[in-house]
Amino acid sequence: MIAAAEPVQRPAAARLLVIDAQGAMAHAARSSLVDYLRPGDLVVANDAATLPASLHGSHLPSGAHVEVRLAGRSSLGREDVRFSAVVFGAGDWRVRTEDRALPPPLAYGDRLALGPLVATVDAVLGHPRLIGVRFDGPADAVWAGIARHGRPIQYAYLSTALALWDVWTPIAAAPVAFEPPSAGFTLDWSLLGAMRSRGIDFATLTLAAGISSTGDPALDARLPLAEPYRVPASTAAAIRRAKAKGGRIVAVGTTVVRALEHAAARSGEGVADQRIGPGDRLRVVDAILSGTHEPQESHYQMLRAFQDDDLLGRAGDALGAAGYRTHEFGDSVLVFKKG
Amino acid sequence: MDHALRVAVTGGTSGLGLALLRELRRRGARVAFVARTPRAVEEVARTHQAHGIVGDVARKEDIHPIALQITAALGGLDVLVNNASSLGPAPLALLADTDCEQLELALATNVLGPFRLTKALLGALSASAREGRGAVVLNVSSDAAINAYAQWGAYGASKAALRHMSSIWGEELAAEGVRFLSLDPGDMDTPLHALAVPDADPATLKRPEAAARELADAIAGALPR
Repeated sequence: MIAAAEPVQRPAAARLLVIDAQGAMAHAARSSLVDYLRPGDLVVANDAATLPASLHGSHLPSGAHVEVRLAGRSSLGREDVRFSAVVFGAGDWRVRTEDRALPPPLAYGDRLALGPLVATVDAVLGHPRLIGVRFDGPADAVWAGIARHGRPIQYAYLSTALALWDVWTPIAAAPVAFEPPSAGFTLDWSLLGAMRSRGIDFATLTLAAGISSTGDPALDARLPLAEPYRVPASTAAAIRRAKAKGGRIVAVGTTVVRALEHAAARSGEGVADQRIGPGDRLRVVDAILSGTHEPQESHYQMLRAFQDDDLLGRAGDALGAAGYRTHEFGDSVLVFKKG
Repeated sequence: MDHALRVAVTGGTSGLGLALLRELRRRGARVAFVARTPRAVEEVARTHQAHGIVGDVARKEDIHPIALQITAALGGLDVLVNNASSLGPAPLALLADTDCEQLELALATNVLGPFRLTKALLGALSASAREGRGAVVLNVSSDAAINAYAQWGAYGASKAALRHMSSIWGEELAAEGVRFLSLDPGDMDTPLHALAVPDADPATLKRPEAAARELADAIAGALPR
């Protein structure tokens, strides 16, 4: 597929491939998404706002330049300023991650100076790029430092440097994601209004979406990392209401599927550490709105829980033949669970 | 779930903003506030056990870092008070003597800033509404938003725009459960008023503490229960 290189969340020409429960495929304009939903359905989105999680600075023991990409956290707590992180050496997002230099050797206790922030390596996690870091100072100062010094994580296929407004979905709330829950780019307030007027309910949860790619096959095989989430009581209640009257649960993005299936539709906080793939039975979610994904991506594995491989293969061929665009600013698929 | 009200106030280190911060803290709310001067922010944060955020709502680049710090500090947001204001020219000037840049500053602070910050925080506010906590945006207005006072052109035009924008936001977001208030606190003994009318007798002006109580009551009245 073609990479979508411009950071436009809702291009007028965005497209949608719909795969229904019987396996029938249809091409549509993404702006007509609401036409594929029914009164009584419940749309659930991830309202995590995206942190500017790329922090440039130096590894103090060696003086070497490093880019630290915050990649995970074990809770959503505001006082929790310990992160897992992926570290690159010299260079920035303009260089493909596959071609990025390794960081200097990183050891437990090493100090990192990242703009106004200072962090300590408090774990080395079995790969030269993967560490745990803990920031110095009170939580407010750490969040201020990240807010002002950090930049959104981004990849070399984009044509321009991203600002936070490029990566916050219209419903972005708690700043806990490391990369945008980009299926939510499709949601604007006009669409939410259109859903409401047709009797389609809307609810949110918060999952700290982690890093999607590191360019290193050994590390990528460990993705997605465990992701903390919170399901509000009002969302759990909306799911029960929808299920009771035969409505379908439509997840906006893979992160919502992961959270809802982990929580089994209960409210509260948790850490989603499971992978969803072929053969997994989906207990809560009936359909997923997602970006277009290539078969080697972990996101694609999740689609295999919704439909058979040969159908997904044909869908992939159709996306390629019809010139769909991929990555976070690309086109979308709406896949219903095989009926 | 934490039931304390979560409030953000812009312009929280002096005048009405500081009085409102104190009133809200007194009522048990958790408060994050925004102001431009690091030393004043630190002082108010320490004195009132509030979350201080250094930033300028008139600067586009500051808005998302401010919004991030607000929701990180409070874990969500129930109430946004757009209080920070710019007079435009100080001392006040006739419109014909007002520099374009002075009008631009008033519009950036009093209209664009509240628009951008409201938009950046709308996800958090609407999440709060869906969870049954309620959501309120209070835009601090002025009688200069309605009446035509000579020399108050930049301020009055910007506050009129903010007032009308509040009404339209309110129409559009009523179904999301986000309420919009536009309230005139009256002529108060504040640094902004002293800048505008240096020779005013403070005894004839309203105390900001009194206005803050009225605004806090109005916020409480717009929330569920």
